[in-house]
Amino acid sequence: MTQQFYVSPEQLMKDRADFARKGIARGRSVMVLSCREGIALVAENPSLSLHKVGEIYDRIAFAAVGKYNEFESLRQAGVRYADVRGYSYNRGDVTARGLASVYAQSLGAVFTADTKPFEVELAVVEVGSTPAQDHLYRLTFDGSIADEKGFVVMGGQADSLSEALRGSWQESMDFPEVIRAAVAALSGGSASEGPEPGGRRLEPDLLEIAVLDRDPLSSRGSRRAFRRLSAAEVSAVLGTGED
Amino acid sequence: MTMPAGGPGSVFSQIAHSATASFSEYLARTAPELLPGGRSALAGGVQFPAGAGPAPAVPHATTIVAMTFAGGVLMAGDRRATMGNMIASRHIEKVFPADQYSVLGIAGTAGLALDVTRLFQVELEHYEKIEGTLLSLEGKANRLGAMIQGNLALAMQGLAVLPLFAGYDMDRREGRLFSYDVTGGRYEEQEHHSVGSGSVFARGSLKKLWKPNLDEAAAVRVAIEALYDAADDDSATGGPDVVRQLWPVVYTVNSAGARRIPESELAATSEAVIASRTVAGREA
Repeated sequence: MTQQFYVSPEQLMKDRADFARKGIARGRSVMVLSCREGIALVAENPSLSLHKVGEIYDRIAFAAVGKYNEFESLRQAGVRYADVRGYSYNRGDVTARGLASVYAQSLGAVFTADTKPFEVELAVVEVGSTPAQDHLYRLTFDGSIADEKGFVVMGGQADSLSEALRGSWQESMDFPEVIRAAVAALSGGSASEGPEPGGRRLEPDLLEIAVLDRDPLSSRGSRRAFRRLSAAEVSAVLGTGED
Repeated sequence: MTMPAGGPGSVFSQIAHSATASFSEYLARTAPELLPGGRSALAGGVQFPAGAGPAPAVPHATTIVAMTFAGGVLMAGDRRATMGNMIASRHIEKVFPADQYSVLGIAGTAGLALDVTRLFQVELEHYEKIEGTLLSLEGKANRLGAMIQGNLALAMQGLAVLPLFAGYDMDRREGRLFSYDVTGGRYEEQEHHSVGSGSVFARGSLKKLWKPNLDEAAAVRVAIEALYDAADDDSATGGPDVVRQLWPVVYTVNSAGARRIPESELAATSEAVIASRTVAGREA
């Protein structure tokens, strides 16, 4: 019979957390920003088809960093959860809070019980009728859940990017302004000055940008608030087109 | 015992099994009681005494007409639901947008039909969200057939649901129509079609009034004329109601998507149809 070495629970959790943190920090950043017109989801993502941000339900979206196969399975589970709930009760009864707590429970269970924790960090966001009613939940690999205000930055150099955004982001911004602020932070500069000499320039085809419109019914005649911006729209917003 | 990779029972087949893009398939596996007619199916099926005639007194939805026009397709339904000789509802709506590029009209048992419609709408949206692309028009039509087939046991007991499906085919760049039978059989229809109790009369009307390459306004007029003729001879179909200002529900689908024709436009067209028939003064 093989003898098991004793590992203290503190050490075990710390090792797992370090493992997950390393995996998440390797990837590129994703930002979710609330503003006057709605919520913008901005990700640095060279792929056109492997998305980091996605639609969950009428007013709810999802953004993630980490391992693609892990957060994609979580996204699909979220879509199923939301669709079943909306179908058996009513569309209005599907909330980001309910979904976030289900995510938190499954991430927490996997973190403590499975052989390997999920190497992901998620944001579940719901657009309200005013910026004050927006919900931005950040979920980490161990099942912790945080209710954030204003904006969420995940993955990569999350701390320095949050610092940069704290200076440039304002609640009263519209979509183009808030997207420019996010892209400037991602490229290592600030919105007003453009990319710093040390920063790099992010071309529209390296960005994945989607928005949740605050009032999709009157602006587009649809109850689904989620809308992906095409590369052409992104160039127009960033002013990197022909001009 | 481990199975070879990819064999039945392997990790891959388990993952493939749980990764369905179909909402109704997922429901059937995890919560079958939520499917239309599912609650009673679990409890051993709805049983009505055999030979008691058309037993269950439940509301029935009636006439739907659909036709192609230049650059798209149109679907219209009257506003009446009947329960035997009673009018169960004057306000029911029987034509719905299924997604951005298709519409669905239903005839038959109203309660089940509304459930099938709701399930079909979620089915299409669910696929779009999971896969990131829209289902092809043929794919949508096939899914609807599968759902109608799922209702076959209830249909055999007199609770049939008969849909009519229309949409814009992005590949062929034209509007297309599909009709169904209770076994889920799917038939593509040319030019125009109609289902429900008043469909015989509506179809006769369409045969005379429909022409190739109608514009949208002319197609709306033809649809209202056809529904008027159906209401004239079928007591279960409601005509335009000028007292309550109730007009048929009309949707058109073209390359820009599905659009509900606004009430004001329908009121004007319906009143024009009534006026022209009043002037003609025909007895039959």
